[in-house]
Amino acid sequence: MKAQQSIENQSPGSRLPLLLIPALALTLVCLLLLVLGLSPLTIGRALASGSVGNWLKFSHVLSVWSPLLLCSCGLLFTFRAGLWNIGIEGQVILGAICCTAVLRLPGGLLPPPAVLTLALLAGGAGGGLWGILAGELRNRGGVNEIFGGLGLNFVGQGLVIWLIFGPWKRAGIASMSGTDLLPPHFWLQSPPGWRVAPVALALAVLTLAASILLLDRTRFGLRLRAAGTSPGAARLFGIEPDRISLQAMFLAGLLAGLAGGLQVTAVYHRLIPAISSGYGYLALLVVMLANYRPLAVPLIALFFACLVTGSIQLPISLQIDSSLAGVIQGACVLSALLVYGLRKEKS
Amino acid sequence: METLPGNDMIGLEEIHKRFGRVEALAGVSMRIRAGSVHGIVGENGAGKSTLMKILTGFISRTSGTIRFAGREVDLRTPRDADRLGIGMLYQEPLDFPRLSVLDNFMVAAAGHDPGRLRQQLLELSDRFGFSLDPDSAVERLTVGERQQLELLRLIHRRCRVLILDEPTTGISQEQQEILFAALRALRDRGRAIILVSHKLAEVRSLCDRVTVLRQGRVVADQEQPLDEDRLLQAMFGSLPGGQRTVASRETGRPILAMDRVFSGAGRSGLHDVSVSVAENEVVGLAGLDGSGQAVFLRIAGGLLQPDSGSVRLPDRGRADRPAKGRDCRQTVFLPADRLGEGLVPGLSIREHLLLAGDAPFFLAPTTGRTQAEKTIATCNIIGSPSTPADGLSGGNQQRLLLSLIPDRARLILLENPTRGLDVRSASWMWQFLHRRMGDDGAIIFASPDLEEIMARATRIMVFFNGRILLDAPTDRTDLQTVSRAITGRTPEDARLPAA
Repeated sequence: MKAQQSIENQSPGSRLPLLLIPALALTLVCLLLLVLGLSPLTIGRALASGSVGNWLKFSHVLSVWSPLLLCSCGLLFTFRAGLWNIGIEGQVILGAICCTAVLRLPGGLLPPPAVLTLALLAGGAGGGLWGILAGELRNRGGVNEIFGGLGLNFVGQGLVIWLIFGPWKRAGIASMSGTDLLPPHFWLQSPPGWRVAPVALALAVLTLAASILLLDRTRFGLRLRAAGTSPGAARLFGIEPDRISLQAMFLAGLLAGLAGGLQVTAVYHRLIPAISSGYGYLALLVVMLANYRPLAVPLIALFFACLVTGSIQLPISLQIDSSLAGVIQGACVLSALLVYGLRKEKS
Repeated sequence: METLPGNDMIGLEEIHKRFGRVEALAGVSMRIRAGSVHGIVGENGAGKSTLMKILTGFISRTSGTIRFAGREVDLRTPRDADRLGIGMLYQEPLDFPRLSVLDNFMVAAAGHDPGRLRQQLLELSDRFGFSLDPDSAVERLTVGERQQLELLRLIHRRCRVLILDEPTTGISQEQQEILFAALRALRDRGRAIILVSHKLAEVRSLCDRVTVLRQGRVVADQEQPLDEDRLLQAMFGSLPGGQRTVASRETGRPILAMDRVFSGAGRSGLHDVSVSVAENEVVGLAGLDGSGQAVFLRIAGGLLQPDSGSVRLPDRGRADRPAKGRDCRQTVFLPADRLGEGLVPGLSIREHLLLAGDAPFFLAPTTGRTQAEKTIATCNIIGSPSTPADGLSGGNQQRLLLSLIPDRARLILLENPTRGLDVRSASWMWQFLHRRMGDDGAIIFASPDLEEIMARATRIMVFFNGRILLDAPTDRTDLQTVSRAITGRTPEDARLPAA
């Protein structure tokens, strides 16, 4: 299965309004809530106040947005190359593991900021290698990147649990709450009244800019598009599609691994079993909803981050499970796929 | 409604078929008798496939009358043809590879009684000397065995007319003999059998009557005993003299050398091909579609690895791995499927030129625009730098592909290069190619058009079933020899008494 069909559907001949997507999604969600006997308005208000109600809450949104944006940027590369990088979830996890590993090294040799930088780089490298592994399984082993990636996700998840309950367990006890907290000098600090580390935010924004530049304004981006759309023709241009797809997998893994590193150093300050928070999978939805267009990605990611943050308080305030956020996200993506599909059909 | 042997099973009168401006069939009339094997022969594009598609209801005729067993019928859908009992054995068997032989047999059968159908399958299989295991998965069968299964399915559905499209390609000699015996048995039971083929040997051994199509018309109709020379002449026509537009020049050093190359790719594969092409040669590859030309070009272009044998190219020792950028490559390949294999849909003319040339790492929206405008002007492409490749017409796609050939190209490989081009564009293309080829280059092109090959090439290679049957300078061979080779007769055969 290739992603290129969906990437190619930006044909001018189709005139179904894109506004139909939110309208359709909203209708779906409202209908569902009404059937369950809930007021869409109350829920909407709760979601809004929980995400953009004040700066503290919005800064929390941004702390979700940063890793989500990193993962989404990574996926832009793999989708351009015609690949479904489901393995992004595992790449986040491996990034978190490699980052933690560096931070757990016996200290004293380097100043903490240098160790922190190295740790984030190690996170990127770990994720990148995990991505290359899925890519090589595809290129050399003929394993579809979807299945290879999915398999590697389980391996990554198993690895993190083994580490937390085995070699890296907290002194005396092993629990689902994760490893020992890192010493504060290894934290990416947030200013008082902030829930997001400025470094993480800056990293995400810079990555977004660099990704857009790389995708749309370089020879590399052009070759990526050629190889992703038509590998056979690309070969005639002297491009090796397999190599290009490996580079895309590495870049996606690198950014996902960086996101994993941020989860450890800026959010949880330790390694926990659910360290990825599912942001890899969520990023797949973000990029699909953005119809693979780089400029739409930060906005969609922000919307999703609001949903994730806003739904945290739902169980307490309205006795509704916070999985409602997932329901809304799913409704959005399904509506988007439907509308894009219809537009493509019409053109 | 039974049709006695010797009576007309199918009567066609003045069948026309137009595709836009192209007239694929220009008034075909013929009669197919019950209890006979009727051969339909002709070169590529003669209209054989179109005629068969009309008989099987896949496309409708533009005008003309079709009679079936004396009654006028209207074949609009494959179902209409099926109801009348017209069945076709396609080049690629239309079966369900994952299902078993018995399941495949049952899919189209009336009722669902596995025990009874198994019995019928075994009886039929036995009667025709086939050896089909009902429980084996179809994907594990050879092409010949899949044909046998397909044939039994059609017989079981009481097909009265059986159409076979090049049935012997890719099957063994033994399977061919079994198939022919089965076809003869069916003929003797009053079925009408239509054999579409370009292999004169099988036409001679099997057909009672042969009709030759050329450019959508019936140009000859013969009964046994066949006059092969006249058949060949009817199939390929004769060339008007003095058409050669290319002069043989001194050939230089070898550019491409293949030694004992074998490949299993494509329908025919490539068998034991050893050739050497030198500077200044223009080689035309002839043969029916799928006889090995496509595989040959892709192996020469380094896109396909041979199963065995060696390939040496000018810009690298072996065709093992593609060289770095297209521009530093001295070998280029222009595929027949221009948009599918040669160009990238969605990418603009400017972006294609950037991919082909030495583009800088950072690209502004204006990078390469001037260059693209220049190329568009010199190559007469109708489009702008931002026109996507899929927005260009077929002829303009070919011009774009040609413009991507680097100056340094020494070996230019082309597949059906003039397809869809009008005469002026074609002549422009050849001038362009000769300029690009220079004094130390070579061109190898495959073309279904023999006249084009005789006019444009200095050397012709004729492919048949994955082998090169004839390899000669175009000024030292004639159409008769070439057409014999296309139909599977080597020059040596001609000297032997007819078998």
